[in-house]
Amino acid sequence: MHSNPSSMEQTAIAELNSTFISGATRTFQWRETQLKSLLRLLTEKEADCFHALYQDLGKSKLEAFKDEVGPLKKSIDYTLTHLKGWMSPKKAGINLLFFPAKGKTMPEPYGVVLVIAAWNLPLNLALEPLIGAIAAGNVVVLKPSELAPATSSLLAELIPQYLDIKAIKIVEGGVDVSQQLLQRKWDKIFYTGSARVGKIILAEAAKHLTPVALELGGKSPAIFDFQSLSSNVEVAVKRVASGKWGTLVGQACLAIDYLLVEEKFASALIDMLTKTIKKFYGESLNKFSRVASKRQLDRLQKLLKDPAVADNIVYGGSVDKDALILEPTILLNPPLDADVMTEEIFGPILPIITLNNISESIGFINSRPKPLVIYGFTNNKTLKRSILNGTSSGGVLFNDVLLHFLCDELPFGGVGSSGMGRYHGKYSFDTFSHEKAVLDAGYLVELEARYPPWNSFKMAFVRTAYKLDYIGLLLLLIGLKRYPKVHKD
Amino acid sequence: MKPIQYYSLLVMGTFAAPMTSFSFFSCSTVLVLPHTSVGITRDRSLGRRSFRSRIRTGVASLYLHLLSIMAEEEKREVFDANDAALLVKELRGHFKLGKTKSYEWRVAQLKGISEMIVEKEKEIIMALQQDLSKPETEAFVSEILLTKSSCELALKSLQSWMNPEKVKTSIMTFPSSAEVVSEPLGVVLIISTWNYPFSLSIEPVIGAIAAGNAVVLKPSEVASAMSKLLADLLPQYLDKMTIRVVEGSVPETTALLEQKWDKIFYTGNGRVGRIVMAAAAKHLTPVVLELGGKCPAVVDSDVDIQVTARRIIAGKWACNNGQACISVDHIITSKDFAPKLIDALRTELERSFGKDPMQSKDISRIVNLHHFRRLTKLLDEDGISSKIVLGGQTDEQDLKIAPTILLDVPEDSLLMTEEIFGPLLPIVTVDALEGSFDLILSKPKPLAACLFSNDEELQKKFIENISAGGITINDAVLHLTVPGLPFGGVGDSGMGAYHGKFSFDTFSHKKAVLHRSFTGDSTLRYPPYETRYLSVLKALMNRNFLRVILVASGLSKP
Repeated sequence: MHSNPSSMEQTAIAELNSTFISGATRTFQWRETQLKSLLRLLTEKEADCFHALYQDLGKSKLEAFKDEVGPLKKSIDYTLTHLKGWMSPKKAGINLLFFPAKGKTMPEPYGVVLVIAAWNLPLNLALEPLIGAIAAGNVVVLKPSELAPATSSLLAELIPQYLDIKAIKIVEGGVDVSQQLLQRKWDKIFYTGSARVGKIILAEAAKHLTPVALELGGKSPAIFDFQSLSSNVEVAVKRVASGKWGTLVGQACLAIDYLLVEEKFASALIDMLTKTIKKFYGESLNKFSRVASKRQLDRLQKLLKDPAVADNIVYGGSVDKDALILEPTILLNPPLDADVMTEEIFGPILPIITLNNISESIGFINSRPKPLVIYGFTNNKTLKRSILNGTSSGGVLFNDVLLHFLCDELPFGGVGSSGMGRYHGKYSFDTFSHEKAVLDAGYLVELEARYPPWNSFKMAFVRTAYKLDYIGLLLLLIGLKRYPKVHKD
Repeated sequence: MKPIQYYSLLVMGTFAAPMTSFSFFSCSTVLVLPHTSVGITRDRSLGRRSFRSRIRTGVASLYLHLLSIMAEEEKREVFDANDAALLVKELRGHFKLGKTKSYEWRVAQLKGISEMIVEKEKEIIMALQQDLSKPETEAFVSEILLTKSSCELALKSLQSWMNPEKVKTSIMTFPSSAEVVSEPLGVVLIISTWNYPFSLSIEPVIGAIAAGNAVVLKPSEVASAMSKLLADLLPQYLDKMTIRVVEGSVPETTALLEQKWDKIFYTGNGRVGRIVMAAAAKHLTPVVLELGGKCPAVVDSDVDIQVTARRIIAGKWACNNGQACISVDHIITSKDFAPKLIDALRTELERSFGKDPMQSKDISRIVNLHHFRRLTKLLDEDGISSKIVLGGQTDEQDLKIAPTILLDVPEDSLLMTEEIFGPLLPIVTVDALEGSFDLILSKPKPLAACLFSNDEELQKKFIENISAGGITINDAVLHLTVPGLPFGGVGDSGMGAYHGKFSFDTFSHKKAVLHRSFTGDSTLRYPPYETRYLSVLKALMNRNFLRVILVASGLSKP
């Protein structure tokens, strides 16, 4: 699209810098106008968005609304409601000793920020961080994923129509463009994608001391405590199925990656899961959504072709190469060192690992990198507690799937190899803001003890003051309190 | 000792042979170690021959033990990547046992620190005097007092910090409850620096402990007395299994940085900051960088000039003689006010440090020869010496530099392009004070910026437009002492913040937790999707509950 991306970027970024310095993006009005325009875009161009998402990923309208457009509109609504409050400085408590000083923290925009989005939720993962960046008053360069080209070019077309072109730019392109962008000094980088690229971004950011938010994935487990669920098992199985295959056939960082269950319940669970799959998607392959690309399909097929894994397929496994469809596939106890159990699956394959006792799931999860989310299906309070306190993950969701993504008041983000930094709701605003400490001291009171030359009186003074012993201080000041002599040599 | 260790020691022994006789002497006091004596206990039931052979094995085991001591000694000298890996592995093991997560453990450690500060106050102040000849009162205020009150605040607030924070849920997830849980990150590395070698080490350790992490602290080798003291004291007062001190310089730090940590907290300069962050990138480790920068003080002409001068002195020379990341780096003021300010500074400096500041006991020295020469180089640059309006005396023998004020040095001189980090204070004059904004904004973002002015309009503009880690109005440095304020930089002055609750948050992961129940499950959610589900979702997102009910129950067309 751009004949000479680097020089175009150069002028674009120079413009962004001057916009930021002008202070235009700091005002509440600017932020509000941009967010409202973005909301208008999503409403007026909903059909175009649905179309682009269908083209890129074969997403149905419902999925496109449920996972992409809907949450975005909700986020903007939420942000518009709370923005004034978020922007206002917060008072900080100061002890009496500093009277009459006033302290506050004040959020300020970082400056020029870079957002690099991923292809699986190409609209949501591009615009959700944009909402935060705008709300915090930054100027933004947004690079949509080149692997979702229709959405990328739609954004490149629509964003300049609706938003302030002096402050928000879309840069399209692939790896080479990302590399060029990363050479520059940004005030913050927000990246959604894989751990491999995340490391590269962090290393590039280090050269300019740029803070980074990394939204990565990982193998998010579901702990299925069959026994304690009793009458809820059926609903739980439905939720597991929708959490695995419901969002873009498992190509979501939040999708269930593998499932842990007690051995004695494995066959019952597999039975119920296969029935649910049939009920949800029918028997024929074509009812099922396709994976994103041939590359993705090849990668998934390779996971299954591992001879040690192929034997463990208990359901599915068939492929329609032309339609890019891989059937919902269930594996029972594949080897733990196979790729399917060491790499993030990001597709419709569900390995089920059996344990003697469900409590062993804690140790199982802890011996692996920290996941983005742990799904705990259980009514057992003790197990809930040990999941909560005994493991570490970006988030924990009990008895359902994906929904924490929709809670504006919950931070969304990973820990360890699933990422760093968090967003959604107020957290998005915070991620794109620097909390500035402000202290207003005033000239009313002047404490002699603060200044050299030091003597024993001053030493006694600070010792007493620090204990917040106000009476002692008073006595000391009027000369009624004795203080020890300090040797000055 | 396991056989395998014997073997490796024997191998080592052959290499170390030439040294053994010497080490036998030097280690002779260790001969009474308990388990070496096992071999030479006389057992009457044994024959003479076997007794002799037991003595022989006893001697052999003694020899081996000495070798192992030597090996340890040598190991301590070169702490390499293998040692670092072992250390992290060990700490990770302890962390996984969950001990550090308990409230009791955290409280016990914090109390340990508090006790250490009270009991070892003299030693701490002595070390500070050795490393920096820091005046006692200054050392007490900036290192002991601040750290102790941080520790007490953490002890007082820990329970409430640790409590999960309940948050509202969305209609989309009804019925549900949600909370944000603070959990420790794991094993964290803290690399501290030499200018406030006690507080800049202990302050982050307090945060890391409060958040329930296992900690490795690497104090700065430049403040060697404090480094040694910390290595000595921490094991006495804190849990040795999970809180460690590794002393050393570049090789040790490099070895540590090669490991996978769950957080790295670094205080120092931007150059090393970049190295730390690049090393962290390999393991996706989040970092906090507490760096410095050129912190400006803007002085308006409407201020109480005497108080302003004193506060600048407190924020410059009473801060470790300017060797502090937040001390005033340079002053910006109007042309006609500059001479008055210089006069006031001269008078107040004399009041603080006497007629000859080189003789004053109330001011720190320059930390070492390297920094002394770095600072004198700033003064030796062409055209600088003529700009000195006050001070300028240096004494390489005692590593002393007098408080020095310079007026209008060239914009491109080292003094105005590099962080000064010492007792030199350039004053830059502008025609109108508003000009100071452009000057500050044209430079990298500083850690602190302060404005002395009674003009409220100017104050407001300053606070809004100047980006800095922290801003103080009508004082300098003071915001550092308020635990309710985050302390940390932005841009080139660093990333991440700490102090008070911010320290706890810096060393915690905020885990999102959503509890759902199985009641009220709607079949609409699941495929095959009905067309009305889209309408229900849209109505839900618009909070049009009447429509939700109507469409969901089939009473209204989607």
